[in-house]
Amino acid sequence: MTASTISLAISADDRRIASYAAAAIALTLIEAALPSPLPGVKPGLANIVVLVVLARHGWRDAAWVALLRVVAGSLLLCQFLAPGFFLGLTGALASLAVLAVAVRLPKRWFGPVTASVLAAFAHIGGQLLLARVWLVPHDGVFYLAPVFAASALVFGIVNGLVVARLLRDST
Amino acid sequence: MKFWLALLRPGDWVTLLAAAGAVAASFPLFWTGGRAEHAVVRLDGRVVAEFPLAAPRRYTVTGPLGTTVIEIAPGRARVLSDPGPRQYCVQQGWLTRPNAIAICAPNHVSLSLTGRGDNIASHDSINY
Repeated sequence: MTASTISLAISADDRRIASYAAAAIALTLIEAALPSPLPGVKPGLANIVVLVVLARHGWRDAAWVALLRVVAGSLLLCQFLAPGFFLGLTGALASLAVLAVAVRLPKRWFGPVTASVLAAFAHIGGQLLLARVWLVPHDGVFYLAPVFAASALVFGIVNGLVVARLLRDST
Repeated sequence: MKFWLALLRPGDWVTLLAAAGAVAASFPLFWTGGRAEHAVVRLDGRVVAEFPLAAPRRYTVTGPLGTTVIEIAPGRARVLSDPGPRQYCVQQGWLTRPNAIAICAPNHVSLSLTGRGDNIASHDSINY
């Protein structure tokens, strides 16, 4: 047998996305250690990284970072293919869909806080819908919707302000 | 504070107001659904009485151990007293939500609430 070597060309894009994804995964792990009063009420710190990437490098990079974060984060937390993984994935996909629209808003009027709040609502909305369809097939899940919406608003604002500050400091 | 406010652009305020409005509206929207309308009293699994949760009243039902007293009030109901040894159904206190149930097993009596349109409970309970 002859030894064969497969080498993949690593582009600057790959390195950039990998380092942002690493930061997002680290925040996911930190957040998993924080106690939560209710499953679903989470700060969503990793979304700060996704929003920074969105503003600096566009939607495609943000989608890579968000999805790598979900997959790698769930592997590290031993949640891969568990219900929590699918909830996180649905939330990420929903927020990416909303961000694809939000990124087209005029920059002069709408900043990172708008993107963050919209993404936070999409995140919890997508998760609630999946939970309703799949995990708890009863309208009772929506009983908690106001609590989730309120926490999405609060954390969306806070994360958005952090993103705005990071972007301002870096330019 | 001023520093952080400077990071908000005009349109962000519009987003925040709309989002806050949506959150405020979601509370009455999701939390008024499923109001309890009727109290149903069962003895040995058979319905012996049904009352709208409107006017306050008391109802007594006699089982194998003795008399269980049900109290009805506007919007809620409870087991006021029961001859059972452990008093679980009495200590449950007021029931207010549809499909809530207090079971006095030793005396074969149960008190349950029904909401509008779903007199047959589709589930036993929901947990998060």
